[in-house]
Amino acid sequence: MQFLVSVLDDKTNSATPEEMTAITAFNERIIADGNWVFAGGLAAPSAATVVDNRGGDAIFTDGPYLESKEYVAGLWIMEAADLDAARELVTEASKACNRRLEVRPFL
Amino acid sequence: MQYLISVIDDESTANAADGSGDVDAFNERLRTDGCLVFVGGLDSPATAAVVDNRAGEAIFTDGPYLESKEYLGGVWIVEAPDLDVALKLAAQASQACDRKLEVRPFADE
Amino acid sequence: MSDVQETITRVHHEEWARVVASLTKRFGDLDIAEEAAAEAFATAVERWPEVGVPPNPGAWLTTTANRKAIDRLRRENKRDDKHKEAQMAYDEPPEPLGVIDDERLRLIFTCCHPALSMETRVALTLRMVGGLTVPEIARAFLVQETAMGQRITRAKAKIKAARIPYRVPDAEDLPQRVSGVLTVLFIVFNEGYLATGPDTDPVRHELTSEAIRLTRLIRALMPNDGEVAGLLALMLLTEARRTARVSASGELVPLDQQDRGSWDAAMVAEGHRLVRERLAAGVAPGRYQILAAINAVHTSARDVRDTDWSQVVALYGQLVRVDPSPIVELNRAIAVAELDGPEVALATVDRLSEKLDGYHAYHATRADLLRRMGQSQQARAAYDKAIELAGNTAETAYLTRRRDQLAAGPSEAS
Repeated sequence: MQFLVSVLDDKTNSATPEEMTAITAFNERIIADGNWVFAGGLAAPSAATVVDNRGGDAIFTDGPYLESKEYVAGLWIMEAADLDAARELVTEASKACNRRLEVRPFL
Repeated sequence: MQYLISVIDDESTANAADGSGDVDAFNERLRTDGCLVFVGGLDSPATAAVVDNRAGEAIFTDGPYLESKEYLGGVWIVEAPDLDVALKLAAQASQACDRKLEVRPFADE
Repeated sequence: MSDVQETITRVHHEEWARVVASLTKRFGDLDIAEEAAAEAFATAVERWPEVGVPPNPGAWLTTTANRKAIDRLRRENKRDDKHKEAQMAYDEPPEPLGVIDDERLRLIFTCCHPALSMETRVALTLRMVGGLTVPEIARAFLVQETAMGQRITRAKAKIKAARIPYRVPDAEDLPQRVSGVLTVLFIVFNEGYLATGPDTDPVRHELTSEAIRLTRLIRALMPNDGEVAGLLALMLLTEARRTARVSASGELVPLDQQDRGSWDAAMVAEGHRLVRERLAAGVAPGRYQILAAINAVHTSARDVRDTDWSQVVALYGQLVRVDPSPIVELNRAIAVAELDGPEVALATVDRLSEKLDGYHAYHATRADLLRRMGQSQQARAAYDKAIELAGNTAETAYLTRRRDQLAAGPSEAS
């Protein structure tokens, strides 16, 4: 099963060089183990745009759909055999990037 | 350049049909055009957990990091040369899944 | 003002957008372009009074700004490829004029991008294309300088991070995007024309004239676009009446009471010329062209009694079909009152109550119609509501006097 692992932060692009090294090492390992699906750091939430095209006449709104002090600063998508395996992976990921993470399964 | 397209759900859309046929057709087109990096619908926010292992002793907390009326219901990750193209894809996606979306760029490195 | 200072002001008006546009293209970064352009103009202010104005001020400014941008990049020790490329491109010959004109258009479309909020588009356009400083823009919109600075900084960051393209939109998207640009310019104009706030001048000339200047620029860049011509005509025919519209005591003077001799004849003539040009084009007119035509009818009458009201009503009818908004209906009813009497108009106006209850002009219109029908008591209530909602000082003064001139109603007589 696949999991969305969101990196929580109140700053953008704030990883230190040590954290970057740890993240790279972690990524290399989970790529080798076949757990890696996607990873990426996001631009600031203020660079977001909300799009509503339900009515067929697209409406754009500047900024994120939700303003909050803490937000998703980056994400992983991981593949794990089960919930326990996923918990192990995110435990290591939290240590590597030195941030709190939210983990949520894909359907 | 990659963009995260987040599907925004709330009470009114949580169990609403998403015109699955449309979404499948849209995804197929993204795939054919080589713009699709990832797509997936998420389980409900109640299935989320927050983990904090900064101190080396993992603490798990049940539930999402933020309770809110509107929440993330799924994601697309698409490849597009600029925001105009990304917004066009998002407008098509919004129509296909019949929901509001947020388009946010990945950090350009 | 000395000759050199006047020249600098003129060159700033003429060259600012061109310098910012050409640097944005070269360095792919609005922030660098803006800062370098500002530094180049500051250098001109410092040096030109001493050494004289260079023979080609625009070229001097572009070269100076380029040098400033490269200095900044060297300082920041940027080593990524785009910037290296830009540095290597430094001594290339200048591009032919046509291409540079096209770049100003790119700049405008980037600043008015639909992914930016409307207030951000307005601020960014005034800064990047108009060359107004952040404090000037903050003052014009009654916003704190730091807040305005942050708004512009955030917008530049979003343009860069989300990769908002620096280009003229495809033919497919062009009409909608041009319409977005014109909305921004019309907001700037209206904010100047209908300035709000208790302590502000009723008309802020710097904003109306800036809006006209920028619309002229778009017109020069897109001479065949009917709505661009229409908006320019509309602005000119409105601006022509600027001085006649506010009395010496700071009170609004409605159209029917204005001294028509004090209208700016040159602006009226230019506006009429543009309206005739659009009529001759024989293309179905959009919103701005119809509004301009309505204003052309008004400004063609030497005396208010000569106004061709049936023409005005017909044009509003056309406008309702293009833009069926309650505000357009309201304006149409005002013209109908002149043709068919206030009773007929009031029946239409009253049907709009639900949609326009929070709009001061709705209540001011009702007040005026009721006054003309001799319904003083109801007119007074409507004036009270209009005064409560009006944000423009000249308008409040006018409405208050009108209310106080009403004959006392029977129930108020004591």
